[in-house]
Amino acid sequence: MSGLSRRRFLSISASASGALLVGWKFARAQSALPYLGARDEAQQLGEFVRIEANGDVFIGARGCEIGQGVKTSLPMLIAEELDVDWNRVRVEQLPYGYIETDKGPSNRYGGQGAGGSDNIPSGWKDLRQAGAVARWLLVQAAANRWNVDAAQLRTDSGAVIAPDSRRLGYGELAVEAAALDPPKDPVALKPADRFSIIGKPTRTVDAQEIVTGQSQFGIDAYLTNTLFAVMLRCPHLDGTVGTLDDKEARKVSGVKDVIVIEGPRTGEPIDGVLATGIAVLADSTWAAIKGREKLKVEWKSGPWATESTAALAVKANELLDKNEGAVPVRNDGDFAKARKQSGLRFEARYEMPFLAHATMEPPGATISVEKDKVLLIASLQSPGSASQLISRLTGIPRKDIEIRLTRAGGGFGRRLKNDFVAEATLIAKAAGKPVKLVWTREDDLQHDFFRPFGVHAMSAALDKKKKIVAWSHRCAATPRNYRDRGMSEGKVPLYIGCVEPDDFPAGLVANLEKSFFPVASGMPRGWWRGPIHTFHAFAVQCFIDEIAVATKQDAVQLRLDLLGPPRRLKYEDSDKPGFDTGRLAGVLQLAADTIGWKDKRSDGHGVGIACHFTFGGYAAHAFEVSVEKDQLAIHRAVCAVDVGRVVNPLGVEAQMMGGTIDGISTALSLAITVKDGQVQQHNFPDYPLMRMAQAPQSVEVHIVESTEDPSGAGEIGLPSSLPALANAIYAATTVRVRKLPIMPQLMRML
Amino acid sequence: MPETNPRASNLPPDPTAKLENRAPELHINGRPYYPTDDPDMPLLWYLRDVLRLTGTKFGCGIGACGACTVLIDGKAQRACLTPLKAAMEHDVTTIEGLAGADLHPLQRAWIEEDVAQCGYCQAGQIMAAAELLTRNPNPGDDDIAKIPNLCRCGTYPRIRRAIKRAAQLAREGGK
Repeated sequence: MSGLSRRRFLSISASASGALLVGWKFARAQSALPYLGARDEAQQLGEFVRIEANGDVFIGARGCEIGQGVKTSLPMLIAEELDVDWNRVRVEQLPYGYIETDKGPSNRYGGQGAGGSDNIPSGWKDLRQAGAVARWLLVQAAANRWNVDAAQLRTDSGAVIAPDSRRLGYGELAVEAAALDPPKDPVALKPADRFSIIGKPTRTVDAQEIVTGQSQFGIDAYLTNTLFAVMLRCPHLDGTVGTLDDKEARKVSGVKDVIVIEGPRTGEPIDGVLATGIAVLADSTWAAIKGREKLKVEWKSGPWATESTAALAVKANELLDKNEGAVPVRNDGDFAKARKQSGLRFEARYEMPFLAHATMEPPGATISVEKDKVLLIASLQSPGSASQLISRLTGIPRKDIEIRLTRAGGGFGRRLKNDFVAEATLIAKAAGKPVKLVWTREDDLQHDFFRPFGVHAMSAALDKKKKIVAWSHRCAATPRNYRDRGMSEGKVPLYIGCVEPDDFPAGLVANLEKSFFPVASGMPRGWWRGPIHTFHAFAVQCFIDEIAVATKQDAVQLRLDLLGPPRRLKYEDSDKPGFDTGRLAGVLQLAADTIGWKDKRSDGHGVGIACHFTFGGYAAHAFEVSVEKDQLAIHRAVCAVDVGRVVNPLGVEAQMMGGTIDGISTALSLAITVKDGQVQQHNFPDYPLMRMAQAPQSVEVHIVESTEDPSGAGEIGLPSSLPALANAIYAATTVRVRKLPIMPQLMRML
Repeated sequence: MPETNPRASNLPPDPTAKLENRAPELHINGRPYYPTDDPDMPLLWYLRDVLRLTGTKFGCGIGACGACTVLIDGKAQRACLTPLKAAMEHDVTTIEGLAGADLHPLQRAWIEEDVAQCGYCQAGQIMAAAELLTRNPNPGDDDIAKIPNLCRCGTYPRIRRAIKRAAQLAREGGK
């Protein structure tokens, strides 16, 4: 997530926590919300908590569950402060909570998007308070009942207890508590030593629904009288329809209509639909797919008809060679002078491919657009943007747009864009009926907001004591910032999403320069899990390894020396208290110790290591690998992580395990390429996600105990896994792979 | 606002009703069905769009990912590649029909090992594992690794553990 979007997310959640009390009165005035079952208004304690007379506790989950575990972890924060037995808690997914206040649009539930690993950090602030307020009301109700001072009362596992040991269960107090006015000021939170839910390994709340096929994902939504839609989108970047013959398509049994959806014109922001396409509407998904196969279209190829990955690589390297017209990112000291004075200089370039998100559940949306209201059910990561977008496309006010959130079959940043929502909206508007739009896998790989392509040119100079005294990181890439509304107006630096000014080793090397060279491309670009970090940590952490090898220094010690004594450095893209060098050193040392970094390996095994700071959290990876013929074997995979205080250890372990495997899968085999202005990949055979047989049998996850405020864990599992793997392959084979994905390079070089 | 009850909306005539000339049958989770739909329609879309058995997931449409894995006569098959006509007269088990009175040992193990992240591929993973356990009640690591289903979240290590735990539960009479 960029600095800008991160701040935008924060401002939304700030206004949202302010809206907690506003929303309170609103909730009382409202009739039953369909999401909370047969809701008895009197028992609702704020926006998130509902208590039944029998003591059952319902807690609303506000987040977009994309696999990062927020449907479990966010309600844990509320339950902790509410002081209830987790076994009595039932979690319900909340819808998108748009409200209008006298201060303008807000959200009754606070921030609901999923980006920048921000759910836990923001929930840590406002959701614990929401739970504490609900508890405060229950205590107050008991105090009134007993006619004692609330300060004398305590709570324990869903009951209020008086000094004389009398107790009242929350269920008995809920009606009276709900009638009270909430406190005017924030109430005190539990001290950490009294936590009984936060920090306990907690299983996915709706696991049983998942394993019995009952869980509802966006693709599982059906509305009455729905037309099923699939689209044939133009395979040429920014291409258009030349001629269309839909006669045969319309003859297919079940096909009802064929509608052309115009894409954005060249140069226009891409904030509605992504590409021009033709929608086939039918009475089943299958009929729509069959109809689509019968469309006869001649496309006009548009302005990017000659674009190719090969040409982009040439262009990027040319820009780096010429070294002209750079966008400055950071400049400390005098890199050129320091380099000139040094006798130990190193240079290397690393090439990163475009990547697709390839969520297991492809994009799609089910929507009903009526004259004065809209219902959307879809797997989303940014429901607020979806609401704005639908309003813009239909003219219907946001308050009349209902958005139901479901489990999403993966996100990885793909669903921060709502192009599929825009398509479904326009199709439904044109058809005059509810529409269920399904994307096939081919649609998904061909039409994504891809992770940028780029080349990192690294350069360093060392003094006589082999200390790094000068560091240069020049990046030539297709900017992440591409045709975003508002972002293309020069207000946001072009390097956002590709280079991070304050990333390691910034602040640790006296003479340091970072610069950016934009490479023009028609490929749509977006945020991809741990976006900036996954993109550039590979170059940084491989280059450090190369320097260590070339100067016969220990690669762990070299990093520790650079990090120096524990201290906090400024880090712009983080609301956390900066970058703590000691915490990064801590996870690095932990990973090194765990894998036995100093042990000598024989029989062709090699060990590689890397570390990175991502969205307030710290991770290090270490792998032990060997390569025989064309087979890479990963013997051990270690991940050490410090995300501050851990809310759900089982969840953090899952994210690190999954992030590590995602990193390995991506590093080894994944790339999207473009040729003749068209994406060349179509389905999983040419975008080969790792299968179980290739994956390490286990990922040894070590979580650092910490009392720091928590950071999110959804993205930090990736960035250091890719370079650690490349470094391990070097250690095993002395083959240095500087271009991702690794396997094709390795096979060529071995 | 339209209904979202998965059973209430635009279903074709009751596919469980046996009318004259409506043989042959298709057995899904122990119930007979008499489809009148396009015989070329993949079983996947029949399950999802017609019967609203949405536990079987669409992932790739070409049999590459396994999200749509169902059991046909006990064998793990890709519903996206199985035309309705090829499934006729066979017994189909979907994730919705895997449990008996109690959860299947795999379902219990999946919960206990907290396998799911996004959860989307897990029904297919479980159905693939169900066939494996039928063939081999005590699978080793290599046997488990032959399950080719994709998981984009990277839950493979927990899938391995869950399958081993399920095998143990089944041996202990958890079936």
